[in-house]
Amino acid sequence: MSVKSDTWSLGGRTFQSRIIVGTGKYASLDQTRAALDASGSEMVTVALRRIDFSQPGPSLLDAIDRSKYVLLPNTAGCYTAEDAVRVCRLARELGMDEFVKLEVIGDPKTLFPDNAATVDAARQLVAEGFQVLPYCGDDLVTCKRLVDAGCLAVMPLAAPIGSGLGIRNPHNIRLIIENVEVPVIVDAGVGTASDAAVAMELGCTAVLMNTGIAAAKDPVLMAHAMREAVSAGRKAFLAGRMARKAYATASSPLEGVIE
Amino acid sequence: MDDAFEIVVNGVAQKVTRGTTVARLISELGLGDRRVAVERNREVIPRDRHASCELAPGDRLELVTFVGGG
Repeated sequence: MSVKSDTWSLGGRTFQSRIIVGTGKYASLDQTRAALDASGSEMVTVALRRIDFSQPGPSLLDAIDRSKYVLLPNTAGCYTAEDAVRVCRLARELGMDEFVKLEVIGDPKTLFPDNAATVDAARQLVAEGFQVLPYCGDDLVTCKRLVDAGCLAVMPLAAPIGSGLGIRNPHNIRLIIENVEVPVIVDAGVGTASDAAVAMELGCTAVLMNTGIAAAKDPVLMAHAMREAVSAGRKAFLAGRMARKAYATASSPLEGVIE
Repeated sequence: MDDAFEIVVNGVAQKVTRGTTVARLISELGLGDRRVAVERNREVIPRDRHASCELAPGDRLELVTFVGGG
């Protein structure tokens, strides 16, 4: 397969980049802009919050070049399907692009999703014409329910949000990839470049991350590392890794060794 | 008759004068041309209705925008 033509599509849009990045937790809007640029991303997540009347200043949207990035508003902080739907309607009113990242949280300590409520919210949002990308557990049955509800992709977690613990259950991620027909995007838990590469080597379509970049000592350099890791992992997946063997196989000829 | 009443904006009670519309509230809050979405009593008020939507006593409004997030 030609690596040049290795694109992927979502709801009629085609993407070259397989990294989706969040815009939270950066030190400044300048740093946000530089990290997004270094990541090579074409899609970025944003959150929706009450306006802080005491802080006029420039807004996040001033830092994001809408011609370069598709906006993916999230429903972070929602604990019910109803609130997640309200947030999506407000995001639509703000002139988002067509996609929403649906999250319905079920537990404040782990930020694990409420999978059942996520499926309920997905059904409602699809009925209202949203293109839904749901954050969910790394559970195949939940992912199938979300696909049945009309979601464009599924986004199972690799580890708790913001934990940087990496791909805790690669087998589950692989089972999801092999058994759903939509793109699988690992969302949450990627802590460093090798984690992103592992996700891509498993066959994920893309990886979504925020804290892994924003909480690095040098976020812009880490954004660049993540871009290369996603690219390397994707190429390794396409190349097809060698079979694992329990014992050594010499790389040099066994014949002609001097005596 | 009192020409002011109380509403709740982003969780904080405040007084507005009778006849205040969503558009006027946004302007009085100094939001000017900032991109803002408005929900009144859990229902989105589309931008093209901001100028005609008059507030009523006890209204609960959410004024929101995009911020950084994952």
